[in-house]
Amino acid sequence: MLEDPDAELVRRVRAGDEDAFAALAEKYRAVMLSLAMGYVPSAAVAEEVVQDAWIGVLRGLGRFEHRSAFRTWLFRIVINRAVSAAARERRSVPVDALLPAAGASRFDPYGNWQVPPEPWADQVEDRVMAAKIAARILAAIGELPPRQREVVTLRDVQGMTSKEVCAVLDISQANQRVLLHRGRSWVRQVIESEFGGTR
Amino acid sequence: MIRLATRFRRDLTCQQAVELVTDYLEGLLSRSQRRRFEEHLAGCPHCPEYLAQMRAVIALAGTITPDDLTPGMRSEFISLYRQWRAGETPGGSTST
Repeated sequence: MLEDPDAELVRRVRAGDEDAFAALAEKYRAVMLSLAMGYVPSAAVAEEVVQDAWIGVLRGLGRFEHRSAFRTWLFRIVINRAVSAAARERRSVPVDALLPAAGASRFDPYGNWQVPPEPWADQVEDRVMAAKIAARILAAIGELPPRQREVVTLRDVQGMTSKEVCAVLDISQANQRVLLHRGRSWVRQVIESEFGGTR
Repeated sequence: MIRLATRFRRDLTCQQAVELVTDYLEGLLSRSQRRRFEEHLAGCPHCPEYLAQMRAVIALAGTITPDDLTPGMRSEFISLYRQWRAGETPGGSTST
C-alpha cells in the first residue's frame, strides 16, 4: 500500500466534511487547470473541465479504493475530461514535436557549442529575478504540447515521482523520460532567450 | 599517451552531453556514462552553465504555488459537494 498524502482529506470528504472538499479543490486547482489547458482552447473551458472532473470524482468516490494515490486518480479524470471537451470543441490535439534539446545549429560539425548557452543561472540567486523567471517558466510550460506539458507539470511543478507520472498518464518510463527531457529543454531555451546574457 | 587517443574518441561532444542531462539528473546513467558525462563537464566551458540552467528551471518550477480559490469559486465547489451529499447527481442539470 503506497502512502497517499490525501488519504485523510479523502476520508473527511466521504464523511461529509465540505471544508475538506474545498481544501482538495484548492490544493489541486492550479495543476488541474494546467493539465486541462493542454487540450482545450481557453481558460474558461479549462475551468469547466476542472468542475466537470470534480463531479466525476464525487460520483466515483464510492468506488475509489486507494489502489492508487488519490491525485493519480484525480489527474487521470481531469485529462480524460479535457480530451472529451477538446473533442467537443473540435480542436485537434497537437502532436508532440520531438525537437533536439538545443537546436542543431548551435553546434559545430564536431558537436561542440558554436552558439553557447547565454548565462542566466546565477540570476536566480536574486529573489526578484527568481520570481520573474519562475513566472515565465510557468507560462512556457503552458506553451508545451500536451504530453510534455503534463509530464513537466506533474514532475517539476507538482513534484510527483516518475513512477506516479507514468501511472497518471499511462505511459512507459522511457516515454516519460523523453517527454520530460524535451519539455524541460524547451523551457530552458525560452528562459535563455529572454533572460540570457543580460547581466 | 595511447590512452589519450582512446579517450579522445570516447569523449562526449557538447551536443551529446546536453541530450544526457535529464538522464543524468534522474540518476539513470550507468556508472561509465556518468563518468564520461562528468568528465565532459569538468573540461567544458559551456556545458556546466547548461546543466545549471536545467537545474534552475526544475527548482523554480517547484516554487510555483497554486492560486487560492476565490470566495466565489469556493462556494461553487461547496454547492457541488452539497448536491452530492444530498444524493442528487451533481451537474445533472445539464440534461434538463
